[in-house]
Amino acid sequence: MHDPAQIQARFVLQHPGFCLDIDLQLPGRGITALFGHSGSGKTSCLRCVAGLEQAGTGYLAVNGDCWQDSARGLFVPTYRRPIGYVFQEANLFAHLDVRDNLLYGSRRIPRAARQVALQQAVDLLGIGHLLQRLPGRLSGGERQRVGIARALLTSPRLLLMDEPLASLDLQRRQEVMPYLERLQRELDIPLLYVSHAPDEVARLADHLVVLEEGRVRACGPLQETLLRHDLPMFQEEDAQAVLHGLAGAFDEHYGLQAVQLDEQSRLLQPARQAVAPGTPLRLKVRARDVGLSLAQVQHSSLLNHLAVRVCDWQEVPQLSYVQVRLQLPGGQQLLARITRYSFDQLGIHSGQALWAQLKSVSLLNG
Amino acid sequence: MPLTQNDFAAIGLSLQLASLTTLLLLLLGTPLAWWLAHSRRRWSKRLVSALVALPLVLPPTVLGFYLLVLLGPHGWIGQLTQSLGLGTLTFSFSGLLIGAALCSLPFVVQPLQNAFEAIGRAPLEAAATLRASPLDSFFTVVVPLARPGFLTAATLSFAHTLGEFGVVLMIGGNIPGKTQVVAIQIYNHVEGMHYAQAHWLAGGMLLFSFLILLLLYAGRQNRQGWS
Amino acid sequence: MRRPVRPVLLVFALSSSLPSWAGSLQVAVAANFTAPFQALAPLFEQATGHQAVGAFAATGQLYAQIRHGAPFEVLLSADSSTPRRLIEEGEGVAASRFTYATGKLVLWSAQPDYLDGTPAALHAGKFRHLAIANPQTAPYGLAALQTLEQLGLREHLAERLVEGQSISQTQQFIASGNAELGFIALAQVYRDGRISSGSAWQVPANLHTPLHQDALLLNRGRDNPAAQAWLDFLQSPQAAEVIRAFGYDLAD
Repeated sequence: MHDPAQIQARFVLQHPGFCLDIDLQLPGRGITALFGHSGSGKTSCLRCVAGLEQAGTGYLAVNGDCWQDSARGLFVPTYRRPIGYVFQEANLFAHLDVRDNLLYGSRRIPRAARQVALQQAVDLLGIGHLLQRLPGRLSGGERQRVGIARALLTSPRLLLMDEPLASLDLQRRQEVMPYLERLQRELDIPLLYVSHAPDEVARLADHLVVLEEGRVRACGPLQETLLRHDLPMFQEEDAQAVLHGLAGAFDEHYGLQAVQLDEQSRLLQPARQAVAPGTPLRLKVRARDVGLSLAQVQHSSLLNHLAVRVCDWQEVPQLSYVQVRLQLPGGQQLLARITRYSFDQLGIHSGQALWAQLKSVSLLNG
Repeated sequence: MPLTQNDFAAIGLSLQLASLTTLLLLLLGTPLAWWLAHSRRRWSKRLVSALVALPLVLPPTVLGFYLLVLLGPHGWIGQLTQSLGLGTLTFSFSGLLIGAALCSLPFVVQPLQNAFEAIGRAPLEAAATLRASPLDSFFTVVVPLARPGFLTAATLSFAHTLGEFGVVLMIGGNIPGKTQVVAIQIYNHVEGMHYAQAHWLAGGMLLFSFLILLLLYAGRQNRQGWS
Repeated sequence: MRRPVRPVLLVFALSSSLPSWAGSLQVAVAANFTAPFQALAPLFEQATGHQAVGAFAATGQLYAQIRHGAPFEVLLSADSSTPRRLIEEGEGVAASRFTYATGKLVLWSAQPDYLDGTPAALHAGKFRHLAIANPQTAPYGLAALQTLEQLGLREHLAERLVEGQSISQTQQFIASGNAELGFIALAQVYRDGRISSGSAWQVPANLHTPLHQDALLLNRGRDNPAAQAWLDFLQSPQAAEVIRAFGYDLAD
């Protein structure tokens, strides 16, 4: 409660046919994803944080500064909040060229408070060649990158992004995503990121808030929250775990990149080029891509075998599967989706030592 | 050219009236149009919209008649101006200004309202997240984006005031240099059977109005491809 | 009629208020003569069965309309020059022109005590606006200017003159109080032998050229017996009485 490096947000917002009622404690750094289906209230929540929407009852403190406290009648208007906001449609000013769009915000903050230089933002987002253009002549991906740079240039203490990739096709998404990751690595600005795409969340987020019908369904560190059995969307086809690791050696001959998950667990991942050893990497493992065996399987085409222990399991009734939660020696967890039959054959019980075979792993960054 | 000194005075007066009316309407019409574009009070909006549009459908003589009564010494506006020591406004340039402004109000408010509505809230929200206060964002975002709307409003108001006749007839009193505008002077010439002068003035006005509208439409087309 | 009248024809017959043998005529009437005309028309219909339909406007307007083919058959002008001009231009029957009334000018105020039957208030000059009809187009406006000239006030009051486009608009300016006083036709405020409201000074006829109002049979009315009947009626003692009652003189 008294840790200043955190965001406390409490909003009750009434709209006809919709009610937002949330109470959140979020870390004051890293990327926090607000995840939910459309209508879950994630955008409203973000707009309340920005002050674009005024919740009738609300309290908001960001890293020690109070921006709203309806009990005291306090409401700091949007233009006085040190935020950067990236809209779903970039929302650039049509009458200004890219350069003037970028400088619009930075001109309005005191010189001393400018921590991000134009050149820095331009380089970070790779938009140097676009500066003289009008927004009408930019592609969707370019517009979003300009929108992000524009927000950064106000040297915000909190970045808010409302599905910045939603209006882009897959290719454009791939184009913008690396910039978002760089952003996080190079500028230590806390980011609230609204999304309804599990892939984006898995790739970017450190912390996850799941919203459903205007209420908080789950809130916690990404890895833990992803593995919670009680969240319906993770019982669906896309049930997955995110693993962190460090880049190891690269086998030139076979094009295989080693990733060290902990002292004993190592994965091999096909890759086109080497990642510098020691680089932090993030991997996604889908539950349906994990098989289990009692002994280490020899002579298999599958590359990756990890020693794990059973934590617990959950039946997935509609699919007649059992989803088993497993723990690596280093403490990271993953999910395996197996049939009820296999579950009984293997005699799975809590604390049991097993081998997990990973059919496929995807590298989320690097 | 058979135009008299009074004719030239009338031309000058018409131009002056049109310019000042346009200026006055831009100052008053902009906040009104803004409110109409953004207010969430549906019923007061409808009420005000209908009131603003009234001059479009009412004959100017109706407005002129009410102005004659309201601005006169027994009307409440007349009593107000008298108590302020301004006397009554009928037969004065200020009176014409009020009348012309009322008549041209919809020509200013409607294009501006449309422009503001087309812009929507999104650029304003963007400006707010970029530290621009509401007034700041109005001048640096809304005004440039609504420029076509402002041009249309100003042109229409100017041209319409230039052609204003009914209200001026009702409250002007045909005073040379004060309330005798071109439209009235044309009427005088026709009534007085001075058809040559009537032709010169009427033809000039026709040409001038046509040119203004031509410029307006040309300007509009040039701006397509913008944004 | 031997065959029974069909219902449709019956409706037609009933809907027309005119007896089949009576004619109707279109009269262009100078604005100042509106009230007397409305009093005369029913009497005319009683006497002759003809219906006279009036169109009321300033004489200049009526002139322009006649020149451009308006369907008027008789003109009751507010002056004598317009009928003369129309005769010159071949729009009317020269022999038909006669003075049906001579207008009287009155200085009138809507305030009951403003005028005391003399031009004193004009000389005192304690007013902001003096309304007259546009002298370029309205004979009463010209007469008003002549009167001011005779009184030696024209220069002095020039700044305070406001002009109505017709004498009815001039009366509006005064009645609404926007002008404290003004010159109009006596007929506009004269009922039953006296000024019906406000206060007035009846301007002596020698202060301005006489306001002869002439009637003219227009080309379109040449063959309409109702038109001639109207002109005859207008000169009858019965009509003369009505015209006088509205504050006009008759040429002797």
